[in-house]
Amino acid sequence: MNIQLPRADVAERTLAIVGELNGLEGPLLPILHAVQDEFGYVPQEALPVIARELNLSRAEVYGVVTFYHDFREHAAGRHVLKLCRAEACQSMGGDRLAERAKALLGIDFHETTPDGAVTLEPVYCLGLCSCSPSAMLDGEVHARLDETELEALVAEARR
Amino acid sequence: MTVKIYIPRDAAALALGAEKVATAMAEELARRGVDATIVRNGSRGMHWLEPLIEVETVDGRIAYGPVKPRDVASLLDAGFVTGGSHPLHLGKTEEIPFLKRQVRLTFARCGITDPLSLEDYRAHGGLRGLEKAVSMEPAAIVAEVTESGLRGRGGAGFPTGIKWKTVLEAQGRQKYIVCNADEGDSGTFADRMIMEGDPFVLIEGMAIAGIAAGATKGYIYTRSEYPHAIAAMTEAIEIARAAGVLGRSVLGSANAFDMEVRTGAGAYVCGEETSLLNSLEGKRGLVRAKPPLPAHKGLFDCPTVINNVISLASVPIVLDKGAAFYRDFGMGRSRGTIPIQIAGNVRHGGLFEIGFGLTLGEIVDEIGGGTASGRPVRAVQVGGPLGAYFPRALFDTPFDYEAFAARDGLIGHAGVVVFDDTVDMLKQARFAMEFCAVESCGKCTPCRLGSTRGVEVADKIRAGIEPEKNRELLADLCNTMKFGSLCALGGFTPYPVMSAITHFPEDFEPAPAAEAAE
Repeated sequence: MNIQLPRADVAERTLAIVGELNGLEGPLLPILHAVQDEFGYVPQEALPVIARELNLSRAEVYGVVTFYHDFREHAAGRHVLKLCRAEACQSMGGDRLAERAKALLGIDFHETTPDGAVTLEPVYCLGLCSCSPSAMLDGEVHARLDETELEALVAEARR
Repeated sequence: MTVKIYIPRDAAALALGAEKVATAMAEELARRGVDATIVRNGSRGMHWLEPLIEVETVDGRIAYGPVKPRDVASLLDAGFVTGGSHPLHLGKTEEIPFLKRQVRLTFARCGITDPLSLEDYRAHGGLRGLEKAVSMEPAAIVAEVTESGLRGRGGAGFPTGIKWKTVLEAQGRQKYIVCNADEGDSGTFADRMIMEGDPFVLIEGMAIAGIAAGATKGYIYTRSEYPHAIAAMTEAIEIARAAGVLGRSVLGSANAFDMEVRTGAGAYVCGEETSLLNSLEGKRGLVRAKPPLPAHKGLFDCPTVINNVISLASVPIVLDKGAAFYRDFGMGRSRGTIPIQIAGNVRHGGLFEIGFGLTLGEIVDEIGGGTASGRPVRAVQVGGPLGAYFPRALFDTPFDYEAFAARDGLIGHAGVVVFDDTVDMLKQARFAMEFCAVESCGKCTPCRLGSTRGVEVADKIRAGIEPEKNRELLADLCNTMKFGSLCALGGFTPYPVMSAITHFPEDFEPAPAAEAAE
């Protein structure tokens, strides 16, 4: 997945997003979320546009992007599988499930399968702690997962 | 007569297949020509029974669960619409012991009403608190909340009324109400449940806070991991605005108050209030030094009330029923009710709201029913990733801010995570340090570097390298982090680590030679 977005296109679409959200108080996070929704990640080319429009330095904008785990600097796979790694899920065999997911996909956390199908990410709590272990596939939540269900999820993501 | 069927839209129910159950039910009802409406309610909080569906009958609501899509046809065959018997039949919902034993004040409507029906909300006692508040002087509202004894449910336990009073008395061009809905602690889901199951109660609580403190603008800062809560809250705010609950004239009064939802971006530390304020302003979520207090210089340097979801959602009932009603529940200096979230390796996981004072043993053994695995309970972490691990020997500790503090623990946001005897406490201690290292905002050294050093020291203990010396070093490091960190992330990470060392020292010994030789 090495689709390069044309620089001018990124700038133009970013400018439209900033124009729409600039009236908010503290608009930077909403803008970055919208940019990521638009492109799938936060392209480097978007940063100078945001900086100029919000009267910030590029370093300040870059600093915010890199502070938050959610913002990607590169596109993710077509599907994102997030496995909860926090204590409640640990108590119900979450670590074993994570090892199984890694083995099934042949990748580690923060990696994408070579065919660009799935990105595997850790998440620290989905708030489903009474029905652990849990996961999120492309925004859909799944709980009380066992190996069979995980395999089904991974198969769904690979399609 | 139209039959009313309830199928939850709560994320926990959805994660267990509620959407497919709702679809199957709608199809099967249509096929059979049954006159019925499906209400997508919040969760009753009995998560081991989710998806738990209900039907309204002449005898009240009857529950069935856990329901799978393939159960729908057999349920209808068994006379589900009139509460007929079936292997999944649980009887009257209100009579299920887990629910019957509770005192639901904050969660009074959660799971009962349609979360996005303002009519339902009113019909079940909603807006009575705000109706009173609009006719009261701000100082009188503050006094009522102070007298109720309500303390911050986010974990710090600071008296809510005193915070409000400080903001009321502060001068500023603009004042804000900020709701901390950045519920990142593992083992907690009360904020999520209320936002998904009864969003109007949070809106009402924030509007009351606005009138009391003289603030006209509110923000709910929540997590990107909570898409269902964000959607429910956003829609509820629009409904409330259209109905005149929010806007230039709250319920037709001279008070203006409006609010919006803001989404974080996966940083745990933004649950710390000053980091949250920086994030709302569009900055890196770095912790601010206090003073100045947010009540004096908070969001955009303006006086700001910043309260947890549950604190704000408990305000409407305080105003509606009076301070004395709320204060009469609880023990010691912990007044009112607390929604305890029972999670992890536990048979009956879910949300249990009751007055403060139950012992940890009652919560884990009686209400939670012991472990899901059937093995003995070995450790219970109370209060999220920064909370202490308690062994069975401390199961007589009552659920109360001071009682937990006296035993080097904290109740935090009231999450209780149960572990069975397969848990490795050195691993848990190492995880606490690792989590702190990943999530540290980096502003202060004890947290930023101490946590990384902590992981290394834990690894040395595991490897059997000078274990005694390294245990001492770990304790010393915890001491530095506890007293030298700027906020609770670095300051409280020592709780899980030190409690693991203190109560489970055997896990910090080198592995026995026989095992090592294997």
